[in-house]
Amino acid sequence: MLPEIARRLMATIPVMGVVALAVFALLHLTPGDPAVIIAGDYATSEDIARIRARLGLDQPLITQVGLWLGRLARGDLGTSIFSGLPVATLIGQRAEATIGLTVLAMLISVGVGVPLGVLAAWRKGSWLDRAVMVVAVSGFSMPVFWLGFLLVYVFAISLHWLPVQGYRPLGEGLGPFLRHLALPALTLSVVYMALIARMTRASMLGVLGEDYIRTAFAKGLAPRRVLARHALKNASLPVVTIVGVGFALLIGGAVVTESVFAVPGLGRLTVDAIVKRDYPVIQGVILVVSAVYVLVNMVVDLLYVVLDPRIRY
Amino acid sequence: MAAVRSSEVRALAGARVAAARPRAAGRRVLGRHPTLAVGLGVLALIVTAGALAPLWGTGDPLEIRPAERLQGPSAAHWFGTDNFGRDIYTRTLYGARVSLVVGGAVATGSLLLGGALGLVVGFHRRLDAVAMRVMDGVMAIPAILLALALMALMKASVQNVVIALVVPEIPRVARVVRASVLSLREHVMVEGARALGVGTPRILLRYVLPALVAPLVVQGTYIGASAILFEAYLSFLGAGTPPVIPSWGNIMAEGRAYVQLAFWIILFPGLFLAASVLAINLAGDGLRDLLDVRDR
Repeated sequence: MLPEIARRLMATIPVMGVVALAVFALLHLTPGDPAVIIAGDYATSEDIARIRARLGLDQPLITQVGLWLGRLARGDLGTSIFSGLPVATLIGQRAEATIGLTVLAMLISVGVGVPLGVLAAWRKGSWLDRAVMVVAVSGFSMPVFWLGFLLVYVFAISLHWLPVQGYRPLGEGLGPFLRHLALPALTLSVVYMALIARMTRASMLGVLGEDYIRTAFAKGLAPRRVLARHALKNASLPVVTIVGVGFALLIGGAVVTESVFAVPGLGRLTVDAIVKRDYPVIQGVILVVSAVYVLVNMVVDLLYVVLDPRIRY
Repeated sequence: MAAVRSSEVRALAGARVAAARPRAAGRRVLGRHPTLAVGLGVLALIVTAGALAPLWGTGDPLEIRPAERLQGPSAAHWFGTDNFGRDIYTRTLYGARVSLVVGGAVATGSLLLGGALGLVVGFHRRLDAVAMRVMDGVMAIPAILLALALMALMKASVQNVVIALVVPEIPRVARVVRASVLSLREHVMVEGARALGVGTPRILLRYVLPALVAPLVVQGTYIGASAILFEAYLSFLGAGTPPVIPSWGNIMAEGRAYVQLAFWIILFPGLFLAASVLAINLAGDGLRDLLDVRDR
């Protein structure tokens, strides 16, 4: 297993290299002088020259690519134009909120989505199945922020159960942390939950038709045991895959959700950076988030071996 | 298995009838695929509402009436008014135009560019290795972040929103097309055409492309649906359609400051948006069943 993990980690390097080049190209392939765009409408020519020098835009393109990749290899993500702080520091300050939000949302969506999918597949064609599928397709079609405002309106403004917005760091206690993240995580989890429920149902339907399931039922095992132990275990590969692939959806949703609930996470950092055209910050966030996405999917690949002993590396 | 076969038989029968009486056949297809019928029906309603928005006698979506600001839904203003006294019903109808145009344009653009790239890459081995690495890298960037980063460098306009949303989709379409091309390349009919001296461009267009139409149409519906959502996200985050244009995302973005006072500003455009996306997704699911596309 260990050499396999090492091999897979190495395999992510070229992908990350391409991401780094793509993020670099973003700034240079878009029409117009990046320094002028970043400086904004009211910049003096000195401002533009300063930004050009700061970002190294006055160097030849090849030198720029080399410097950029060299810096990244050393773990240096650059410096924010606006605040003057290192981008890595800014990301570090905002990471806790985003990690908390996405992990909570993931727990909710897997915890609810998988059982819903299993039940829908077990009772295929029943009202329960239909209800789950309707909820799944609807969850897919709602704008995340709209759902967020609906939840705020019901649970925060009308019922006063939970705070409207804001964030408390984990350091101030688990209670306030969870209270403030409950609505954002619920909002964010819906799309992901819909995706997981749909995939679980489809995958379970394939497995439930197998002979060994009939045997398990025939020898009098409790349905709960058959579904969880016999069926779900064999139906879990596509579900795990979709959890990994759908992670991008979760990240994208987090950007929007953080904006609705004023959660000071990476999404807010990005949106603020975009308004200020603080490009090093945007680039840094994209790189870090993409790296996490690639790593999550690497872990998913490794999970295959655990879930299906027939797969060997 | 039996179900698949009977659906094929029915599709064949449907096709034969279609040649004789297209309208009756169309009705029969919709009757057998209720999701497709519901999806297309709702979509047709929203398209009509948006396209004929001026005909409903609702007035000007930009007209400001300070005396009537933040009014709740009433007979005069069905969906209420916003902080400038603009009629939300009118604005929502006009918003359908922006969203549907963006959805259609992104779907078309992604299919054309991604499809062309996939065709070329699938038939060109040396290009394939390089292009696939690049596409893997681009696909590792979450689509919203990529679109946001692109919008940060471009002026806010509907056209640029379309560009920012097409770019992340190109590799996703190209991948699907490439995979089909790779399997079709070994097909007997392609081998036969080669033996007859047919050139690569002609093989791509006349032999490979027709087989890709059905899966691409289905994928296009899903892209269109998610583009409508993403346009709203970009506008909501302040990096999308210019604020003067009443798109659903913009109306809701302006309403966020008044969630407690005037929830209707956000409620109604969101309902329309969810209904449109749902309708397109349902139509896509129906088309997938109808065209018997196995996998997305």
